[in-house]
Formats: sequence, structure tokens, C-alpha cells
Amino acid sequence: MPSTYTLISSNVLSSTAASVTFSAIPSTYTDLVVRLSLRDTGAGLDGLYWLTFNGSGGTAYSNTFLYGYGTGTGSGRAANQAGIYDLYGLDGSTATANTYASSEIYIPSYTVAQNKPISQFGVPETNAASFSNGMGITAGLWRNTAAITSLTIQSSITSFASTSSFYLYGIKNS
Amino acid sequence: MPTTYEPIATTTLGSSAASITFSSIPATYTDLKVILTPISTGVSDYNLFYQFNNDTSTNYSRTRLSGNGTTAVSGRGTSLTYGLITYSKGFNPIPSLFSLDIFSYAGSTYKTQLSSSSVDMNGSGEVSRMVLLWRSTSAITSILFYTDASNNFATGTTATLYGIKNA
Repeated sequence: MPSTYTLISSNVLSSTAASVTFSAIPSTYTDLVVRLSLRDTGAGLDGLYWLTFNGSGGTAYSNTFLYGYGTGTGSGRAANQAGIYDLYGLDGSTATANTYASSEIYIPSYTVAQNKPISQFGVPETNAASFSNGMGITAGLWRNTAAITSLTIQSSITSFASTSSFYLYGIKNS
Repeated sequence: MPTTYEPIATTTLGSSAASITFSSIPATYTDLKVILTPISTGVSDYNLFYQFNNDTSTNYSRTRLSGNGTTAVSGRGTSLTYGLITYSKGFNPIPSLFSLDIFSYAGSTYKTQLSSSSVDMNGSGEVSRMVLLWRSTSAITSILFYTDASNNFATGTTATLYGIKNA
């Protein structure tokens, strides 16, 4: 039986980094999953991060998101952006010590010549009475038919803290 | 290490179809997961329904949390004749991403599901999560996915069924 959920690459930071890139992603899988445990060096209880593909900026990205911060909920969107923004799941430096927010990104059919939808879910839980942003669910779109060969995750605060972890998995459907 | 996440079946449509069915699902897994990237043949937003074991009785219910880019809402539906993955903003000519987790599908208790809907169309869209229940003690052996009567799944639509083992 084939192994269908395979670790492609990982990066556990030994020093701070403003962004992390997985490059030379093989085309031998069907879908990609990115699992993250993130904390930032910048001030704030929690923040957001961004995602781009193939080093491409431009205006081909968009998203729709739903969030909750313990005392309220909301929804928003952004169109014609230079990346998929508003990805929840990043603890700030003023969050409870030793906490790292968890999140997952699912990217289906990443080699297929069609526009690329994604799903993301992220949550910072720090035993705090309040959040800056809270937990969120995001639908993203990259309007590009190219195969995804690299992806970059960038902090919207300052830099990812040491020990933040980034795992890229490939899933095969056969 | 045992393989715990296995593809059971996959479909990539070479021509449009009104429905997609996974049948003869083996009972050898603990949970099931379906990944769908549907494309519609129509120009509007379409609902995405499913039924287990060809059950069209009022055995389905759901509670949802969704956001349409402006407002977050929650609601529920009871005694329905189908499961529903999307809510107000369904799939469309741009590929969307849906997943359906089906827990303890081969057991003799009622079946709980968790659906994830991720639709963004560069200026509109919706994200939602739903918990759903199928009030049947039968093991799930088939899943039928279908859409509104005025729409079909277009060429390129992909659906994959995975089995997950807990041991």
C-alpha cells in the first residue's frame, strides 16, 4: 500500500526569520498540506501571516475569512492582493511565554493547470483574556494556472521566532 | 510504521456529470475523509449535497458557522433529506475546496461528520464549517455527491475518498 501522507520538508527555526520558503516542491503528489507552529518576535498578543506561491506577487491573490476572538465574531475579505493575507495563527511576543499558535493550510491539485484554491485554519490559544485577532478560517485563491513549485510564508508582524516550526506534507490520491 | 491514511478511490471527471458516487466502501478503516475540488458547468453558485447509502429519508441535520466576507452567522437545519457541504455560497466555475470528515463510519451509532467549505472568487466567497449528523446505525458503504438540478460537475472536478485507521 502506498504511503499517501508524506513529509516533504520541514524547518524548525534555530534563529528568527521574516519568512520561510519551501522551494523545489516535487510534482509527484496530488495535494499539499502545511502545518505550522508559529510565534513572532514582534509586540502583540497575536497576528497574521501571509502566503505566496512561486515567488509571485502581483494582484492575483484573494481571500475570504471568518474569525472569532472569544467575545465576538466577524468576517472579511480582500481581493486583488499580492498574497493570501489574513491567515490566522501567529502568537506575538507579548503572548504567554512558550506558546506557539497552530495552523494548517490545505492546497489541493497544486500541479493542475487551473486556479488554485486553498483552505486554512489557525488558532492562537494562550490562556489570555483577550486576543488581538483570535482564531480564523480562511478561503484563499491564487488566480494562476501554473504548478506550484515553491511557497513562502511571511510574518505580518516582524519575524518568526526561534523554534517556530514549518512542515510541508504531500498527499497522493493513488 | 503502518499506513494509516490511504486513498480508497479517486475521480477526476473527463466529462461533465450530474453526480459522483463512491460505492463499495470497505469497513476496514476507522474514519473517512473526502477532498472535493468541484467546478460547475453553470455560471452561478451551486449547492453541493450528499447522501449516504442512498438514504433519502429525513435523517440528516446540521449546525453551521460561516462567514461571507461581511458577516459571521450560525444556524442549523433539522430532519433534512440530504447532507449539505456548502451554505449560501456554493461552488462555481472557479475551483473551490471542500472536505468532509466522517467519523466512525462503520460503527453502529449515528454518524457525525465535519464539513469544511472554502470558496473565494476574488471579491466574493464564503468560508464555513458544519457539524452534521446522519441518524442511522448502518455502516456507510456508499456516498453520493450531487448538485442542483440546473448544474453539473464540470470536466476537471476532482473527488478523492481516503480511509484513516486508528491502528
